[in-house]
Amino acid sequence: MNRDDLIQKLIELAAKRFGRDASALKADDDFFEKLGIDSFQAMELMTDLEEEFDVEIPDYELQGVNTFLKLADVIEPRL
Amino acid sequence: MSGQGPNGWTRNIVPLGTRIGAWQARLVARRLSRAMRERLGVPAPMAARPAVRVAAPSASFEGRALSWKLVDNAVAQHLEVTLHREPCNEIGTTALGELEQLAAFVRAGAGGARALILHSNRKRGFCAGADLRELHGALVAKYDVGGRGARTRLAIAHEVRGFIDRIHAAFDVLDTAPLTTVAATHGFVFGGGFELALTCDVIVAEKSTRFAFPELRLGLVPGFGGIPRLRRDLGNAVVRDLLLTGRSIAAKRAHEVGLVSQVVARGEGLNVARKVAEQASRFDPETTALAKRFTKPLPREELAREKDLFVEMMASPIVEKALEKFVESKDVRPYLP
Repeated sequence: MNRDDLIQKLIELAAKRFGRDASALKADDDFFEKLGIDSFQAMELMTDLEEEFDVEIPDYELQGVNTFLKLADVIEPRL
Repeated sequence: MSGQGPNGWTRNIVPLGTRIGAWQARLVARRLSRAMRERLGVPAPMAARPAVRVAAPSASFEGRALSWKLVDNAVAQHLEVTLHREPCNEIGTTALGELEQLAAFVRAGAGGARALILHSNRKRGFCAGADLRELHGALVAKYDVGGRGARTRLAIAHEVRGFIDRIHAAFDVLDTAPLTTVAATHGFVFGGGFELALTCDVIVAEKSTRFAFPELRLGLVPGFGGIPRLRRDLGNAVVRDLLLTGRSIAAKRAHEVGLVSQVVARGEGLNVARKVAEQASRFDPETTALAKRFTKPLPREELAREKDLFVEMMASPIVEKALEKFVESKDVRPYLP
């Protein structure tokens, strides 16, 4: 999976989890603001991502991660 | 440093000048006269207070934080305990009082139930831990937390000690109940919620479950018996990873390290837990009780040390600042360490 595919997949998973239209989301969107999600929902998304990509994402690596681009930076090295 | 004698007699010897510790707070408070306690603003020690009023054990109970009922399965009856306090079953004084009632019911034989299931019907998860807002509010309202003189530290340590002693007593009853106990978890199983799940013999985790001990970010260690119970069940390396990084792990990882018995699909936790309860109900109750006592001894000494450490830490300015920051935080991710 190349980086663009990964980012697209992240967008699709977030859109699916929170019932949004994936085409309305961009790679550099602040997903907390754009999706209006709280900490509980962020954890749900994290669990989805771990399941989908079969990786473990330590919470502390998500400090300051608020866009799909930054999220890809955390997940990509684990694929 | 505390000395540790072989029989525990010298365990609490502390050099003069050491910062006041939990045991000292307890000892001093017990020895204070009523008049002196009033002058210092130190509440009466828990042992001296009227015993917590626990209603007569009942086969069904509807509380504000939890409810329980006896449920028929194909073999016998099991007890289903439902946590249902919004937003995510945070444990404050209300939940504690009801957990004490549950403990009294279990101690009285749990109505003849052969197994117990603990689960939550809140969407966000099993339990997000201690009610930090209530805890902070209570301390701010009661004490001049800005001052943190020796008097304040003593009083806070004493107050926290009472809460911690009560929660440990209730958790210990669940831990050692002579019947099979099953936690059905989903979503957040954090801090005190994780510690509650750890009192159970078997954990059935939905895929959405995340376990974490975020206490270190508050300047604390878990105080409801979590570390001794986790160490009883898992390797120390896993315990250190969870404790020292505060990170959460998903059900799958928890299953891999031996914390979780079964990982099930979202929404299936209770159904699977019922099957576990039914199967456990098939065995002779005395055999079950003996097997449990043999495989799951209560780590009493470690639990006692944890209580002392937690109470001492609670009285520190680091915790005060961390609690304040948590309560006032507008961060959408306050749970992320």
